[in-house]
Amino acid sequence: MTQKLGSFPGGLILDGHKKQSTQVAIRKMPLSKKLVLPLQQHIGEASTAIVSVGTKVLKGQKIAKAEGHVSVYLHAPSSGTITAIDEQPVPHPSGLSALCISIETDGLDQWTKREPTKDFTSLSGHEIRHIIREAGIVGLGGAGFPSFIKLNPGIHHNVETLIINGVECEPYITCDDMIMRERTEGILDGIEIICFALRVKQCVIAIEDNKPEAIAAVERALSSRLDLTSTKVVIIPTRYPAGSEKQLIQVVTGKQVPSRGLPIDIGVVCHNVGTAYAIARAINHGEPSISRIVTVTGKNVEHAGNFETLFGTPMHELLTFCGTKRQSDEPFILGGPMMGYNLSGDHLPVTKTSNCILVGVDDSAEASTPLPCIRCGECATACPVSLLPQQLYWHSRAKDLEKANEYNLFDCIECGCCSYVCPSEIPLVHYFRFAKTEIMNQQQESAKSDVARIRHENRLARIEQEQQEKNLRQKQRKAALAASQAAKAKAAELVVETTTDNQEHN
Amino acid sequence: MFTAILAITALALILGLLLGFAAIRFKVEGDPIADQLDKILPQTQCGQCSFAGCRPYAEAMAAGEADINRCPPGGETTIQALADLLEVEFKPLDEECGVEKPKMLAVIDEDRCIGCTLCIQACPVDAILGAAKQMHTIIASECTGCELCLPPCPVDCIDMVETQPNPNTWRWPDPAHLDLKMGNKP
Repeated sequence: MTQKLGSFPGGLILDGHKKQSTQVAIRKMPLSKKLVLPLQQHIGEASTAIVSVGTKVLKGQKIAKAEGHVSVYLHAPSSGTITAIDEQPVPHPSGLSALCISIETDGLDQWTKREPTKDFTSLSGHEIRHIIREAGIVGLGGAGFPSFIKLNPGIHHNVETLIINGVECEPYITCDDMIMRERTEGILDGIEIICFALRVKQCVIAIEDNKPEAIAAVERALSSRLDLTSTKVVIIPTRYPAGSEKQLIQVVTGKQVPSRGLPIDIGVVCHNVGTAYAIARAINHGEPSISRIVTVTGKNVEHAGNFETLFGTPMHELLTFCGTKRQSDEPFILGGPMMGYNLSGDHLPVTKTSNCILVGVDDSAEASTPLPCIRCGECATACPVSLLPQQLYWHSRAKDLEKANEYNLFDCIECGCCSYVCPSEIPLVHYFRFAKTEIMNQQQESAKSDVARIRHENRLARIEQEQQEKNLRQKQRKAALAASQAAKAKAAELVVETTTDNQEHN
Repeated sequence: MFTAILAITALALILGLLLGFAAIRFKVEGDPIADQLDKILPQTQCGQCSFAGCRPYAEAMAAGEADINRCPPGGETTIQALADLLEVEFKPLDEECGVEKPKMLAVIDEDRCIGCTLCIQACPVDAILGAAKQMHTIIASECTGCELCLPPCPVDCIDMVETQPNPNTWRWPDPAHLDLKMGNKP
């Protein structure tokens, strides 16, 4: 390792709690009788169903199509019959329902026809992106951004560095660690494809130094791959949130992504290791994205581990499979202890972004009532984006949203470092999420009211124009009437005149 | 003495001309205050403020003829924004105008609609689609929830329903209620 690493401000050294779920190899979750697939499992527009109730589907068959540019296809994770297309509870902090396709599986797990590509170098970048979009692949790190968009270098950008994110900085989560240990070749195949599509020369696989097994596995596999000479493993020091895209770029390249900018603006593209694996499956094996590795762990889980789970599998089946001390309907965390959110309800399905199900966090104190802010400034020291959480807190609390926005609220990555260090236990991130959704709502409302104003003005203008036209027509009619009356009168006069003339002649 | 008077007069004349020129050259089109006020109003065009739409109400406020607390759909947030802009004290909503309600959406019971077009004529934002003796329907994305279509309907087939949040429009709840020890003062 010769390259000097950069760093980001703040951050935290946290207890990993990763051993619990890395003792056993990745296991396959048994097929569930019913799969529920939300039409929106990614950032962007929800997909549109292309099947109807009663349709028989095969494993890997498309069941919903992408709607608009930022959207992907959705596939049946197993063979069976569509039983419903309706609103079902989805894993979302709101606990609300959204449109889902339900499949009753037939247990045969029969594949549809797969079309693997023998040699991806025979494809163009555009064709690769097309296959990946149709395979429904989204970022499996947690955000769920459609991957094909991040495989497009665009005309104006030149991608210098591809970073494959195997950092997995959040405590408890180990799905990326395990996939790097066990499916290394698949990940490297994926990296080859990504490098080819992005026309990028240099690739970095970033792994935190608390995953020695994964580092060894990737380095071993890499040394036997002669075609990946420009790819190297970069071991980065364990510090939360080093796995967050912008922070990782700062560590690896030393460059900062501009505020509200994208990594591609500085010539960097990031993909998660799980995504790289999914891309390799889609291109080399013709398999769409129908499953992912889910970590099930926490102090109340008896047999913690990682499970290859079909999308749509009810989370409670996973929890029952692992054995938990959880009562039914007791809340659990989806994601990690820092950025995840509480969910309750047993029938929520695993989606493309469900990386970890956490039941019972070790060092969580009883949620206590927050004390007043003492302006100690710990939050500002811990913030990896160099924001001023204290100021943001005051403004969010006072609902002075404009001010909060001025303090770059939208650069907050919601990593939770500030809330973690706060001695008064103020739920700072909750305030920032609240303020963010309030601002977004205001912007939507304002855009909507602008439309309403324009529609109203157009309507008034139209009514006025109609009135004017009506007046004009009335005037014309009146004029025509007057003219015809005058003509009649004249004609009558003429008749009278001629008769008198005739009489005179006589 | 005489030169002083002359100088002052000349100065007054020149400055007067300059001001006169500036008044013509830099004339502001329209009423900027009314524009800004109009921008704050929710554009429901419901007329609950007793004016014929949001724009007339904004103009009346700009002219100092109307109070800032006459907009029920906008509610407290709008009144606060108007108070900030006009630099006047916040006032609670005038109850004569109505009460603040959650956001509503009009829905036509299409089985009962007789196609009379009366609601189409009443809708201030052209959010109702239909023709004479044809079923009418509401373009949900354009409906402002002004309720102006309710009174003209002869068969009472329009209902107002509360808009339900979906995961994309859902907002995180205000965490301020957690701050019990600090009281709830904003």
